[in-house]
Amino acid sequence: MDLDIDEASAAFRDEARDWLASHVRSLPSMDTADGFEAHRAWEAELAEARWSVVSWPAEYHGRDASMLQWLLFEEEYYASGAPGRVSQNGIFMLGPTLFAHGTQEQRDRILPAMATGEQVWAQAWSEPEAGSDIAALRSTAVRTDGGWLLSGQKTWSSRASFADRAFGLFRTDREAERHHGLTYFMADLRAEGVTVRPIPQLDGEAGFAEIFFDEVFVPDEDVIGEVGQGWRVAMTTANNERGLSLRSPGRFLAAADRLVDLWRDHGASPSTRDRVADAWIGARAYQLYTFGTVSRLAEGGELGPESSVNKLFWSHLDVELHETALDVLGPAAETDRAWVDGYLFSLAGPIYGGTDQIQRNTIAERLLKLPREARR
Amino acid sequence: MRFQLSPEQRQFAATLHELLGGADTAAAARAWAAGEHDRGLKLWRALADVGVFALLVDEDHGGLGAGPVDLVVACEALGYHAVPGPLVESAAVAPALLTGHRLTSLAEGDLVATVVAPPEVPLALDADVAGMVLDLTGASLTAGAEPVRSIDPPRRLFRVPAAAGRSDGVAFDRGVLAVAAQLLGAGQWLLDTSVAYAKQRKQYGRAIGEYQAIKHLLADVVTRLELARPLLYGAAVAGETFARDVSAAKVMAGDAALLAARTALQVHGAIGYTAEHDLGLRLTKVRALAGAWGTGSFHRARVLR
Repeated sequence: MDLDIDEASAAFRDEARDWLASHVRSLPSMDTADGFEAHRAWEAELAEARWSVVSWPAEYHGRDASMLQWLLFEEEYYASGAPGRVSQNGIFMLGPTLFAHGTQEQRDRILPAMATGEQVWAQAWSEPEAGSDIAALRSTAVRTDGGWLLSGQKTWSSRASFADRAFGLFRTDREAERHHGLTYFMADLRAEGVTVRPIPQLDGEAGFAEIFFDEVFVPDEDVIGEVGQGWRVAMTTANNERGLSLRSPGRFLAAADRLVDLWRDHGASPSTRDRVADAWIGARAYQLYTFGTVSRLAEGGELGPESSVNKLFWSHLDVELHETALDVLGPAAETDRAWVDGYLFSLAGPIYGGTDQIQRNTIAERLLKLPREARR
Repeated sequence: MRFQLSPEQRQFAATLHELLGGADTAAAARAWAAGEHDRGLKLWRALADVGVFALLVDEDHGGLGAGPVDLVVACEALGYHAVPGPLVESAAVAPALLTGHRLTSLAEGDLVATVVAPPEVPLALDADVAGMVLDLTGASLTAGAEPVRSIDPPRRLFRVPAAAGRSDGVAFDRGVLAVAAQLLGAGQWLLDTSVAYAKQRKQYGRAIGEYQAIKHLLADVVTRLELARPLLYGAAVAGETFARDVSAAKVMAGDAALLAARTALQVHGAIGYTAEHDLGLRLTKVRALAGAWGTGSFHRARVLR
């Protein structure tokens, strides 16, 4: 057992650190029209230097980096103060799904434009009546010549206000029970029949949107995996979202270090000391836990229900870390834009990607093997 | 980087669980609490035979020259089975304080040692059974004869009149790491036992583990324990950040074990509050260990130092 970084990975990390030090700048919120385009340009700049998708193959702008190297990159990325990734829904959720279930044609067509920010993707999972119960989805896809006609409503779709395309599940078989009869589609948000209505979030910015589909044509080549198997395909994405890829430890380590500095700058109040320490300890625990996961995966293990442990832990860590920062700031917290933005973002953690309650059920039933609750 | 136990380390853990699982450690702990040491010392011998006290002793003194990772593996198992005695003191701390033939005796399990490190470790654990009471300078002290009652009856504590020293240094930090590992092991036992009970105990016609109210409590315990474990092993392989990382591990293992204890009692209900049930041995143990070798507050301050 060791935490030693091999020479190649250390060199990779140092290269990332140097590049970031000379390129990082602050950008306006990605949930505004101008900010979105600024972020798109940042994605292009990252891709140009091949830092946008380091773990992908070189042919798709990646570096074939190992998972360890990806983690090291993420630590450097967030420690440098670099902005959030407008492409994250695509590169961390749809990308891995295409690598696992997509056709060669789909990968060649979609991944390069995703890597450069030329096409930014929105996720279209949620529906007004469904929430975490994906099996209750009501949006439909009906067969037509050479493709499908999508109808229905998606909501709380992150990035959809300004994104180019979206991915999500639609019901292709009305007779099938619950998880069956769902199919995974990619759709153009500029296509005829699509209406996008931005929904301002807690911070007032249009991070969310509703998407209305009115017989929107989607060609067969934009179906991922087999028709009717969308649930199984989506589970890959869900594990990725809950597990490693969306919330790498780098984000929390960087935030925890900033919190410790903040606390010291504010005269190191003893009343918040234990909470500051706990935030740092939590971030360190999450980093080491992730190193363990990466080691396990490198030896052929799989990312299973453990990703719910991951999600439950970091979503709480993030809220508590930011609550602590605001308490350290005192009355000034109200107007400290950076910490306020981080706080508002953290509040969504226990909700998206499967709520805390869903994660706890998964942990209890799939890891601890407790009996399933009787369901209607 | 390979942040996983080796096959040998997994085997070591399995060996200890097999040995202790069949040894009725609960009966040994109850006897120990009453000042009857025979059963406990028999366990001590068995642990010595598989090398528990030789781990951190160098090979020149009959030790195994193993490292802190192996120590954590061992202490997790000892905590899981609630083995009584000055295990942390003998297996983790004393190897850094003793020299010569005493070190050899320690490795072989012939010398039972205990340690005081005021102010964080003010009383000597099991000084009546130990052959030596040490402080962190390695000096040999004499302890009082009358035990001081601990919240955890198998922890028999004794006053040490002239104890001096400071809560710092490699010997101290190894003690902290070993206590943290015991806490994690005890927490894991509390979880495993609660899960088994929740599957079997029925109320209103259903296993109580079917209810979300119980599921969600246990899921939170899993999460805390699973995230505390890498801190322990991370500390065990840390170089210059050893002190900070063992403190982080102690804080989180302590909190996770306390949460596991309260949850276990809640899941078991009144049966868990009885002296007959083995739950009690861990409920009091984790509370005592959470404050032993540095409180949460002490270690949080060290993390930020």
